[in-house]
Amino acid sequence: MSKTVAEHSVSYVQVLDENGKVTNKDLVPDLKDEQLRELMSRMVFTRILDQRAIKLTRQGRLGFYAPVAGQEASMIGSEFATTKEDFIVPGYRDLPQCVYHGYPLEKLFLYSRGHQEGGRVPEDVNVMMPQIIIGAQIVQTPGIALAFKLRGEKRVAVTYTGDGGTSQGDFYEGMNFAGAMQLPAVFFVQNNQYAISVPREKQTAAETLAQKAIAAGIRGVQVDGMDILGVYTVMHEAVERARNGEGPTMIEAVTFRYGPHTMSGDDPTRYRTKETESTWEKRDPLIRFRTYLEEKGLWSQEEEEKVIEQAKDTITEALKKADSAAKMKLTDLIDVMFEEPTIELKRQRAEITGEGAN
Amino acid sequence: MAQLTMIQAITQALDLELARDEKVLCFGEDVGHNGGVFRATEGLQKKYGEQRVFDTPLAESGIIGLANGLAVQGFRPVPEIQFFGFVFEAFDQIASQIARLRYRSGGRYSAPVTIRSPFGGGVRTPELHSDSLEGLFLQTPGIKVVIPSTPYDAKGLLLSAIRDNDPVIFLEHMRLYRSFRQEVPEDDYTIPLGKANVVREGKDVTIITYGAMVGVSQKAADQWAKDKGLEAEVIDLRTISPIDIETISESIKKTGRAIVVQEAQRTAGAGAEIVAQINENVIFHLEAPVLRATPPDTVYPYGLIEDEWLPTPQFIVDALNKVTSL
Repeated sequence: MSKTVAEHSVSYVQVLDENGKVTNKDLVPDLKDEQLRELMSRMVFTRILDQRAIKLTRQGRLGFYAPVAGQEASMIGSEFATTKEDFIVPGYRDLPQCVYHGYPLEKLFLYSRGHQEGGRVPEDVNVMMPQIIIGAQIVQTPGIALAFKLRGEKRVAVTYTGDGGTSQGDFYEGMNFAGAMQLPAVFFVQNNQYAISVPREKQTAAETLAQKAIAAGIRGVQVDGMDILGVYTVMHEAVERARNGEGPTMIEAVTFRYGPHTMSGDDPTRYRTKETESTWEKRDPLIRFRTYLEEKGLWSQEEEEKVIEQAKDTITEALKKADSAAKMKLTDLIDVMFEEPTIELKRQRAEITGEGAN
Repeated sequence: MAQLTMIQAITQALDLELARDEKVLCFGEDVGHNGGVFRATEGLQKKYGEQRVFDTPLAESGIIGLANGLAVQGFRPVPEIQFFGFVFEAFDQIASQIARLRYRSGGRYSAPVTIRSPFGGGVRTPELHSDSLEGLFLQTPGIKVVIPSTPYDAKGLLLSAIRDNDPVIFLEHMRLYRSFRQEVPEDDYTIPLGKANVVREGKDVTIITYGAMVGVSQKAADQWAKDKGLEAEVIDLRTISPIDIETISESIKKTGRAIVVQEAQRTAGAGAEIVAQINENVIFHLEAPVLRATPPDTVYPYGLIEDEWLPTPQFIVDALNKVTSL
């Protein structure tokens, strides 16, 4: 005997095409003009921040940095659909979401430099430090979501990873836990086409990454990740469903990173062509949303220039604050290993300071 | 006062702490309805509900990741790794995530997580169940490793571990779970982490050990006293990270000789660290090199030959004879 026991499909959502034209009127989010302008401002700020961070890294004024240009719609659109009470569990590229969730920009500069102050999240800011190990954050997210559920709080845990992250065992474990326990969690995958140099086609034989959700019994949706209205729409729905106890969602945002994987020596010309790059650059999230807003009379060149100037000032200000952070000491590292240093750590501390152990 | 096995003492500690602090949660594979494969959580789900004591999907990284997220949100998770041989599946979440949380966040987040796990040989488990992997965690900054040797200690140390604001790996030797009973007070008491216990006094050699090897070493010391008329002092470390070097040093100042007995393979484990710390602290009180009495550096041999592989009282007596002849 043979019969079909389950059938699944994956939807692709797009609201604005690459010319800034609405392709699906029913899915245009209900956002006020001011909110639409805010989305554009944030994308412009993010693009400027990225350009500046790349320069600063080249000058040796920042440490670790993973460029974000191309991914602004995915990052800004998804975070905009959360509330400040929701919890962001980011990967290392997800700095813009952290910033707009309340994490001070100067702390992210400090994090980039390897300063411990960079990891000290303010008490009222609901983010984790950026994760380095691919996928590790995805199994932590159900824990945060379970805490919300146990306390009866209407909050959502949102985690981010890339297309490479979906190959990790932790990716499935995290989604499976969230599905089995029906937790308020959203797994947001930014499919930017390359895990460093390995293209998405070599990453998996799966037709979509979104369908990986189906194996875990949770919703999976694919969205045009360069369309900020599309990203906002699917994320808003996912977050609200999670908040209302309707279970987790995995979102695959199809996007592209224009720059290298990180500023630590990656050269994208080794693994992709100019043609590929220009194809994606035509889909640029800023261009299409700018066109859309300009046609509605909500955006202008002058407005954009004003945002750019403000962005430069904000970044300079944050850099100044980062530069004035107290220099780190080896003893600071020892003191924060445990609530109270162990006997051996006290001894090692004394060796460093030249003082007695007690 | 009741006579309890170690597993009963552990259940009692979990019961006390679940009652005392509503932030404490117990979870893992088979931990809820079934009460754990060794019954450590027997009856606790019924008493505290499925929100406090629960089964998880079968995924070690997921279990410890869950604990990490809960800890960030202020809970005090007590996850169980069903057998310690499976800990490699969760190694990233323990070593790279939980153990580093306080450090990475500059103290903003901490991980008051107690990871319980059965381990240890001599009970004929299948492959990769009995392995003594505690040494791997000694080299991991930011985590404590506790290994009780008696029911009384298991209860007091487990209560301390759960109340500690940093992550603790709490290893329960399977052979000790039901091998003997001991008087265990019903009330709440704690034994501080990082403090060793001198379980047998002696003036001739110090035996430094932990876990199931404490009992084996005591037997060896008794036999040695009978055979040779020499007295070995036996130190039960109770916590192998951090190591109580003060208690060890005091003993060596008295005896001048020492052996380290461990069930784990010899190279680069707790024994190696203890010898190094003895060197750094009390080498001028030594009359002979410190010896390690351990199994060889092989994979743990489940089944037929494990009794030969594990240190016996006679094996330890041989080491005592050797260290006193040097």
